[in-house]
Amino acid sequence: MSTQMQARPADAAVTRRLKIHVLRYNPQDPASKPHLEVFEVDEAPSMTLFVALNDIRDRQDPSLQFDFVCRAGICGSCAMLINGRPGLACRTLTSGLGERITLAPLPFFELIGDLSVNTGKWMRGMSERLEAWIHSSSEVDLRRLEERMEPELAEQIYELERCIECGCCLAACGTARMRPDFVGAVGLNRIARLRLDPRDQRTDADYYELIGDDDGVFGCMSLLGCQDVCPKNLDLQTQIAYMRRKMLRAAVFPGS
Amino acid sequence: MKVVYTDVLVIGGGLAGLRTAVGVRRRGLDVLVLSLVPAKRSHSVAAQGGMQASLGNSAMGAGDNEDIHFEDTVRGSDWGADQRVVRMFVNTAPKAIRELAAWGVPWSRVARGSRESVVNAEKITISEAADAHGLITARDFGGTKKWRTCYTSDGTGHTMLYALGDQTIAQGIPVLERQEALALLHEGDRCHGAVVRDLITGELIAYVAKATTIATGGYGRIYKVSTNAIICEGTGIALALETGVATLGNMEAVQFHPTAIITAGILTTEGCRGDGGVLRDVDGHRFMPDYEPEKKELASRDVVSRRMTEHMRKGKGVPSRYGDHLWLDITGLGRAHIEKNLREVKEICEYFLGIDPVEQWIPVRPTQHYSMGGIRTDHTGQSPTLKGLFSCGESACWDLHGFNRLGGNSVAETVVSGMIVAEFVADYCETEGGELSIGTGLVREFLERERQRLDALLHGTGGESATALRESMETVMMDKVGIFRTGEELEAAVRELQDLLRRSRNITLRTKAPGANPELVAAYRVQKMLKIALCVAQGALLRTESRGAHFREDYAQRNDRDWLKRTLATWENDSDDLPTIRYEEIPVTDMELPPGFRGYGTRNHVDHPDTEARVAEVEKTLAEIPEADRFARQRALMDYESLLPEKYRGRNERLTERL
Repeated sequence: MSTQMQARPADAAVTRRLKIHVLRYNPQDPASKPHLEVFEVDEAPSMTLFVALNDIRDRQDPSLQFDFVCRAGICGSCAMLINGRPGLACRTLTSGLGERITLAPLPFFELIGDLSVNTGKWMRGMSERLEAWIHSSSEVDLRRLEERMEPELAEQIYELERCIECGCCLAACGTARMRPDFVGAVGLNRIARLRLDPRDQRTDADYYELIGDDDGVFGCMSLLGCQDVCPKNLDLQTQIAYMRRKMLRAAVFPGS
Repeated sequence: MKVVYTDVLVIGGGLAGLRTAVGVRRRGLDVLVLSLVPAKRSHSVAAQGGMQASLGNSAMGAGDNEDIHFEDTVRGSDWGADQRVVRMFVNTAPKAIRELAAWGVPWSRVARGSRESVVNAEKITISEAADAHGLITARDFGGTKKWRTCYTSDGTGHTMLYALGDQTIAQGIPVLERQEALALLHEGDRCHGAVVRDLITGELIAYVAKATTIATGGYGRIYKVSTNAIICEGTGIALALETGVATLGNMEAVQFHPTAIITAGILTTEGCRGDGGVLRDVDGHRFMPDYEPEKKELASRDVVSRRMTEHMRKGKGVPSRYGDHLWLDITGLGRAHIEKNLREVKEICEYFLGIDPVEQWIPVRPTQHYSMGGIRTDHTGQSPTLKGLFSCGESACWDLHGFNRLGGNSVAETVVSGMIVAEFVADYCETEGGELSIGTGLVREFLERERQRLDALLHGTGGESATALRESMETVMMDKVGIFRTGEELEAAVRELQDLLRRSRNITLRTKAPGANPELVAAYRVQKMLKIALCVAQGALLRTESRGAHFREDYAQRNDRDWLKRTLATWENDSDDLPTIRYEEIPVTDMELPPGFRGYGTRNHVDHPDTEARVAEVEKTLAEIPEADRFARQRALMDYESLLPEKYRGRNERLTERL
């Protein structure tokens, strides 16, 4: 039995001085212009970008804007471009990156300032547009035994439910570049999840009304960017391909 | 002057806040939710392990019911809980879980037939009944007699928050994100809403409401290392404290979770131990059975955390550059189980420690985790001293958990209290006293006061740094108000915190921007956090006994004779350097379960003078109705059902108790 923590590069090597380039811009301030600013930080063992950015804010520039909440990779607040690639900053160890690190806000979403973007507002809009909640007309008597569900089905639904709405999939999406109203892998996965759930009483014809166009499932060009960057490793392309087939069927054979 | 009017203002967009909002909306009221972050990013999302509800569907939960859940919770609380509230809670929890099931939470289900499991480090076979197939299953958690913790793999909080977040959207309830309440609007003994700051633009807005509900979670971040999300700073609770009218209850009751990973303080769920994981020391020895022969790793959290610390003090910790730690060993559970039911744990180990928990032990130590204390309310969620102010979830002390909370009871409390409190909030709004009765003059006065406070911070020249003050506070709390407490250290802590509080009135900012300004936010928050920290430290200093998570080395006994009471803290004047502490008795004479030994931990307490008589009374009452069923026996001892909103009364169906 191994009882030793693995030595990571940061533990073993001489302390590195990281050069963190941050794309800064504050739209609230008319004098602000987008620019890269470099902060130097001495790397510490087990340092994540969460630790590094807070260190910069606490000791160098208290005006730096960014978003962290759980700092454990589960809430989806801190997605940003890390060396050009969308990812969760909180669980990115600096030891896995070079000495020069470039951080930029997630594209596609409204910029609040520096590394902070308004993913919450977009996600709420998406949920409203896709009516992304269980639609059921059954009255539930809370005193009675719950409806049964096959254990495997519950697990399958949970697999798709694991999305944390971080926005990485949209930041990596070619269609989203061209179609600002594209619902993205996050939206399509959400519909796939609801479709799988017998508690949602809608039919494919209903889902077709929501995603049966180029802002929905037919907008996807299968570039696979979403799947490459998804921090939860969701099988997004399979879900999108499956939904495309189902929606095509709903269009060609309405009522089937 | 920007003023927004609504029926109900909910501050906090986690599970408790959202469930309250949905509840009052269904009663036809206008409701607005304020949230520091997008609602689905709230700390509720981090509840990996599960939610307690006595469904009794799975074989290991067979025979479970409200009575057993009640007893476990009261024992867990070390008799600090309000037993009527515990009864209300355990009777509503099954309804809450069934409601969430209808809203789409993919609860893990019972699968008929046999499967291998690990209990007490040994493989056993569990056989599930055919008639339970497809019903909601449960896992084992600390301090419970039955397997009662319902879950969705390892993403319980996530799935609950998403289902409730979606219901909020379905109901068309606005969630105003990145909005921070700075002060409650109040006059005399009536609360009228809040003054709120937009974190993007810096704009101040007054939200005027018939009822205001604070559901802002705990105050873990006053400690240096906490499992809590970074937004759990206790500033929502401070809103109530700063009125000088509302009271906070049991602020010294702070829980440390046994198994957070070292350095980052990120939680590994109690499900690790519930599913069969064990704790090991520097020699690889499984030490918990030496201390707790019956419950072992699954004694209540306060007990396990203390035993771990005790063991490390004996030199049995594993030394590391970050201090001593112990090992959590889940290798016996097997890859398939870990990758399905403990996947979040596996990811955390991979990303933050660079280890594979299927093969390697996880370095853990007790870390601040939960705040039992909070805004004191009655069983309806309303402040007894400030009308129109309600609170529920972790930010409240209505008092379900007493001095220690059981795992799985907090996430259950969020939704259960939201369901119950929403009804009472709606009732309140429909009464005459609930009508809006506030002049614009008062609104203007409060807006002006907050504007002046912010200006004073922006232009302050005292030279103090908010970051430095905060770091000092976190260290004082960690070192001197932690798992083991002494009078000497607590006195020093209070002194040092008072000094920090005074210094926090002289902060100087480098960034003067009135809009988005993280430094300004840090400054006004640290002023509030220091008041909260002082309530914790002063409460701990004055409580010369040990109860639940509050452990005094110089007063190791639980002392019911002198301390079976709830601590109440108020902050009477803004210029004060200390909270005013009062107490309210927890009457033994109407307890359904009179105080006794918890069944784990050390048997060491002084009885309350009324205990013996109440024990005899309970025995006598039950002896007189030998034929009565469990419901009648319960009713004979303590009434609670009349306290519940009517729609949540009534029995819960089980396979063995059909309606």
